[in-house]
Amino acid sequence: MSLNLERNSKWMEGSGPQADIVISSRIRLARNLKGLPFPNLMNSDQQARVVSQVSRAIQAPMVFQAVGELKLQPLRELAPVERQILVEKHLISPDLAAGGGEKAVVLRDDEAVSIMVNEEDHLRLQCLLPAMMLHEAWRLADAADDALENELDFAFDQERGYLTACPTNVGTGLRASTMLHLPALVLTRQAGPVLSALTKVGVAVRGLYGEGTEAQGNIFQVSNQITLGRSEEEIINNLSAVTVRLADQEREARELLRRQSRWQLEDRVGRAYGVLTNARILSSQEALQLLSDVRLGVEMKIIRGLDQRLLNQLMVRIQPAFLQFSAGKEMTPMERDVHRAAMVRELLAG
Amino acid sequence: MLCERCQERPASVHVTRIINGEKTELYLCQECARELQPQLNFSIPQFLAGLLDYDPELEVKAPPAVERCPECGLTYEQFHETGRLGCPECYHHLAPRLDPLIRRIQGSSQHRGKVPRRAGGNLRLRREIENLRARLQQLVQQEEFEKAAQVRDRIRDLEGRLEKGESSQ
Repeated sequence: MSLNLERNSKWMEGSGPQADIVISSRIRLARNLKGLPFPNLMNSDQQARVVSQVSRAIQAPMVFQAVGELKLQPLRELAPVERQILVEKHLISPDLAAGGGEKAVVLRDDEAVSIMVNEEDHLRLQCLLPAMMLHEAWRLADAADDALENELDFAFDQERGYLTACPTNVGTGLRASTMLHLPALVLTRQAGPVLSALTKVGVAVRGLYGEGTEAQGNIFQVSNQITLGRSEEEIINNLSAVTVRLADQEREARELLRRQSRWQLEDRVGRAYGVLTNARILSSQEALQLLSDVRLGVEMKIIRGLDQRLLNQLMVRIQPAFLQFSAGKEMTPMERDVHRAAMVRELLAG
Repeated sequence: MLCERCQERPASVHVTRIINGEKTELYLCQECARELQPQLNFSIPQFLAGLLDYDPELEVKAPPAVERCPECGLTYEQFHETGRLGCPECYHHLAPRLDPLIRRIQGSSQHRGKVPRRAGGNLRLRREIENLRARLQQLVQQEEFEKAAQVRDRIRDLEGRLEKGESSQ
């Protein structure tokens, strides 16, 4: 398969419901094959068997009908930098990128549908769409799951549902999540209390790259914690309600900023744009923070004529692996910072 | 007062330790307190597995006989260390120890979500009947009797299929 790593993923489109705050919506389903150990106990023969079964299943006409053409890419054929790009695009986990063994990723051309093969579970089917489209992502994932189930024997128990390597995923195997840009909640110091209150309604909050990562650039990921005892629809409705409520809260905080500190806000946005369009050295952390300020400016219509799609692309393109890949060479941190600044200037200049 | 450990910096932290029921009190400076603090190596799966140690249900009951999954060979202790099960059969064979943990982290032990066509057997039918019954009640309340009658017929049809299916098994 020719993996076009530089293409843009569907989720980066930047349009759709609540796109002023919700960047993307993701559904993940954990599935395992009957009669085989989970990936952590598999030998390489068994791992290869899973890869080949998945490879066969995705070619079935029913799968094609449900979600279109899917292609399988063995991970060992990819250089470390290429794997890292898939992480930066949120298509695979750092765990899948890191380890050896027979692992693979299945991708649809627009990267809205992907499957991690032999991560913690045999299959982790993911649907990733832009803006607030959790229900659409679920319908897509459900259809893909039905079609795959026609080809593969999934481990299922009437009491406990879909069986997974970790009991935190058993039942529906469903993890629904949304990625939100919440700069005004952070600026008004409401983010901490608001987000910690979410854990009381069964919602987990994390940083940009999932479990254990920081919320860089004011981007937060919220997801369901419980996977057993509730239907998929209930889980998704709950997370949708939480996401919409969070977005409302963020909008209120933005209006408060506009009323109470309009000049400071516009100054901050304007300065961020000024630095991004003129800097000669940019670390990824500084770039993410400045991009967050500019994004806030675009979302609040302080800056006009800048596309959210471009901001999403920039968010991915400033990451270390993407940067080195597009430059076609390995770089020292300083070279990266210089290259990053040049790339940001060029893209923002249009 | 000086730190009881380094005897150099002023003590600003009061630490009470209880080891084997014996209580010791220490007055330490910030640096020494930090050094003495046990290193936390936090992992969510391990933390979850660790919850079992404090399960009152298990303290009362005798430990179950089967501690190893006969299918993949995973011992309960291995699960305890990694937080990962070995194979789908572990859920069955390690159930006495696993189920309380699942109830604790999930708040429930009964799957109510999607049922696969192939592996699901008649559960899929039963689930559909349950959903239709709820729908029927809703329609009756809304006095939509024509639609309710259709749903009732559909339930009868599914129940018939369920009975046939069960008697043939």
